[in-house]
Amino acid sequence: MLLRRANAGPCATWTRTLKAPSTPVAYRSLSTAQSTRDGRPFRLAVIGSGPAGFYTAYRAMSKIQDAKVDMYEALPVPFGLVRFGVAPDHPEVKNCQEKFEEVASSPNFTFIGNVSIGTKSDHPDGGTIPLASILRHYNAVVFSYGAAKDRTLGIPGEDLKGVYSAREFVGWYNGLPEHANLAPDLTQGDEAVIIGQGNVALDVARMLLEDVDVLRKSDIAEHAIETLSKSKVKRVHIVGRRGPMQAAFTIKEVRELMRLPGVAFHPVDTSLISPDPKSLPRAPRRLMDILLKGSPSNPPSTSQQPQKKSWSLDFLLSPTAFLPSPTGTPTHLATTHFSRTTLSPSPFDPKAYALPSSSPSQHTNISAPLAFRSIGYRSTPLPEFAPLGIPFNDRWGVISNDGLGGRVRHEERSPDAAMEMGTFPGLYCAGWVKRGPTGVIATTMEDAFATGDAIAEDWAGRGRPFLNAGDGEEVSGWEGVKAEVGLDGVGKARVVDWEGWRRIDAAERERGRRVGKEREKFTRIGDMLAVLG
Amino acid sequence: MSTPKLLAQALPRLRLAPRRTAGSIVRHVRCYTAATAAPLPAAPSRPAQSPMRRAPWPTPMQRRTFSASATVSHGHVEPPKPGEELYVTFIDKEGAEHKLAVSSGDNLLDIAQANDLEMEGACGGSCACSTCHVIVTDQEYYDKMPEPDDDENDMLDLAFGLQETSRLGCQVVMKPELDGLRVKLPSMTRNLQSSDFK
Repeated sequence: MLLRRANAGPCATWTRTLKAPSTPVAYRSLSTAQSTRDGRPFRLAVIGSGPAGFYTAYRAMSKIQDAKVDMYEALPVPFGLVRFGVAPDHPEVKNCQEKFEEVASSPNFTFIGNVSIGTKSDHPDGGTIPLASILRHYNAVVFSYGAAKDRTLGIPGEDLKGVYSAREFVGWYNGLPEHANLAPDLTQGDEAVIIGQGNVALDVARMLLEDVDVLRKSDIAEHAIETLSKSKVKRVHIVGRRGPMQAAFTIKEVRELMRLPGVAFHPVDTSLISPDPKSLPRAPRRLMDILLKGSPSNPPSTSQQPQKKSWSLDFLLSPTAFLPSPTGTPTHLATTHFSRTTLSPSPFDPKAYALPSSSPSQHTNISAPLAFRSIGYRSTPLPEFAPLGIPFNDRWGVISNDGLGGRVRHEERSPDAAMEMGTFPGLYCAGWVKRGPTGVIATTMEDAFATGDAIAEDWAGRGRPFLNAGDGEEVSGWEGVKAEVGLDGVGKARVVDWEGWRRIDAAERERGRRVGKEREKFTRIGDMLAVLG
Repeated sequence: MSTPKLLAQALPRLRLAPRRTAGSIVRHVRCYTAATAAPLPAAPSRPAQSPMRRAPWPTPMQRRTFSASATVSHGHVEPPKPGEELYVTFIDKEGAEHKLAVSSGDNLLDIAQANDLEMEGACGGSCACSTCHVIVTDQEYYDKMPEPDDDENDMLDLAFGLQETSRLGCQVVMKPELDGLRVKLPSMTRNLQSSDFK
C-alpha cells in the first residue's frame, strides 16, 4: 500500500532498489566497512547539524572509509541545541563542539548551511530543497532534525500575555533567530510559575534566579541580559502533576539550583518520598537525598526578607486554566488554576500516574503574572513525508524506526498478504526525531552511534539495499542536488559552507571579546550573513 | 624508515591540532606502539596491511583518515620516564585487553584517547557528561582511589550500565598505587523500547 504510493511519487528510483538489492560486497574488512560498492563511494546526506547529526556523521565516517557526508542545516550556523538549547551557564557541555569541528574539517565532509529541506526557508536569503531531490543524489539519508515544536497544554488562556513556552524562552536567551523578538516581560510581579519538571524547567528557573552578573560572562544573548537584569521575579514555582519520585529532572540540575548563593529552596513534601529512601536504587536515592536536604539558604519569611529569591517544587498539581485578573487587563495572565492529583498505584512508584484527586480541596491557584509551559518538545514530519510514504508516528512524535539502528520502517505487504514491518532502503534517523525529545547529549551520542553503526553495517552487509545503488548508478551528492535545483545560479539563496561558519564564529568571538564574554551571538540571520559580505 | 620520518610524511595529512607539537607526537607514539602494537600511520598510497599487522580494533590510521586530529588532540599525556612506567589495562567492548604504559598524573580519558580506544569524553573531561564511564574490575583498586565527589556521582547516575565500581575516566588520575589497574569500557548499547517514547 505504502510502496505503491511511494512508487507513484516523485522518487521512483529509490523505491526500485527495494525490489532489486544492489550487488553484495565481496570483502568485509575487520573494523571498517568497505568504502565503495563497485568503486563508487558512499554518499550520505544528514539533515540537521545538531549533536545527533554530527555524532551520526562521525560514526559513519569512522566506520566507512572515504564516506562522503553532506550536512544540511536550515540556519547559517551549526550545532542545533548545543548552541541554542544548552544553557549558557553550562559551557562545559558545549565542549562536544570540538569533536564536531574535527568531523567538519574532514575533506569528506560538506556543510550546507542556510538551506532548508522540504520546508520553505523563512527568510529571503535561505535556500529550500525538496526532500525528493535529496533522495535522488545520495545512497542514504539521515533525518536528525530534532524537535522544533513544543507540546501545548490545551487549556484555556494559553495565549494570554505572560504565558510563554519554555522552548521559545530558551531560544530567546540563547539567541535563536526565531525567538529573538520574544521580549518576555519579567517586570509584572515577583512570582513565576513553570509548568513541567524536566531539566528545561530547571534551566528556566535557574535563568530567573541566578545572579545576572554570573550570566553576563556566559554566551547568553545580550538582549536576555538586559531583560533579566530588570526582572522582578523572586519566587519561582516549578509545578508537576506527579511527585518527586516520578520527576524527569536530573540531579545535576537540582544540585545547581540548590547551590545558587542566597537562593532558598522551600522544603519538599516529604510524604511523597519513600519512607525508606536508603532502600532505593542509587540514582533515585541520591536525588531524594538532595531534595530532603534542601538548600543551605533558608526560605524567606515574607515580612522580613521580601527581596530574597526562592523556589519550590510543587507536586500533584495539574493546570486547568490560565486566567486574567477579573479587575485588571483581560489580556494578561494573573492566576494559574490547578486541580489536585493523586498518584496511582502509589506515590513511591517511579512509574505512577496522576489521577484526579478526590480530596475535599480539589483546586488551587497560584497568582503570578508569568508562566512558562515546559512540558516537552515535539518533532514534526517533513511536509514531503506523507506524499513519499515515509511514516511518522504522531503519538510518539518520532519517525517510525526500528528503535535501535534508526532504520526508517514502513508497513509492507508480504506475499501471503500479511502486513509486516519493512525498512526503507537508505533512510535512517537519529536523535530526538528517532527516540523522542528526552535525554542528555550523552544519550543522543549513544543513539546516533547506533544509527551510524547500522548504516556501516548495512553498507558492508550483503544484499542490503540503498538508495540509487543499482547497477551503473552513481550519485554525486551536493553537486547533483545543486545541478538539479539550480541553487547556485538561478536561486537567490546564500549557502553557508564551513568556511563561512568559521568566519561567523570568529566575528561572534570578536564581539564577545569586546564585552568580556566568550561569544556574542548574532541573533538575526541577516546579521550572520552580513559577516560574509 | 625511521619513526620521525614516517610521521613527518603523515603530518600534513593528519593536520594536527596546533596545540600539539610534532615532537610530542613522536614521543607519544614511541611510547605506546610497543605496548599496543598499533601500527604507525601509513602513507595513503601504501598497500593494505597484512592481517598480521592489523590491530584488533580501529587503528589510528583508519580512524584518522577522515578527520583532522581525530582523538589525538584530546589525549594530553606525557610518556612515562624509563623506570617510572605505570601500567593500566583497558578491556574494550569486544573484550580485548589493551595494556598501556603510562605516567603518573595522566587521567584515564586522556590515556584512552591518546591510544585510540573507544572513549568519547564529549565534555572534554570537565565532569559534565558520562561518556568516559569506566568500570574498575577490582574493588581493591577502586578503594585506593579518592572517592568520587558529588559532581562525578551526579554524572555517573546517568551512565549506562552503572556498577558499584563505576568511575568517570576523566576523574581517575594515575598514581603509583594504581599501577596494574584494570578497567572495563561498558557496553552501552541498549534496545530502545516502545515505553521509552511514552
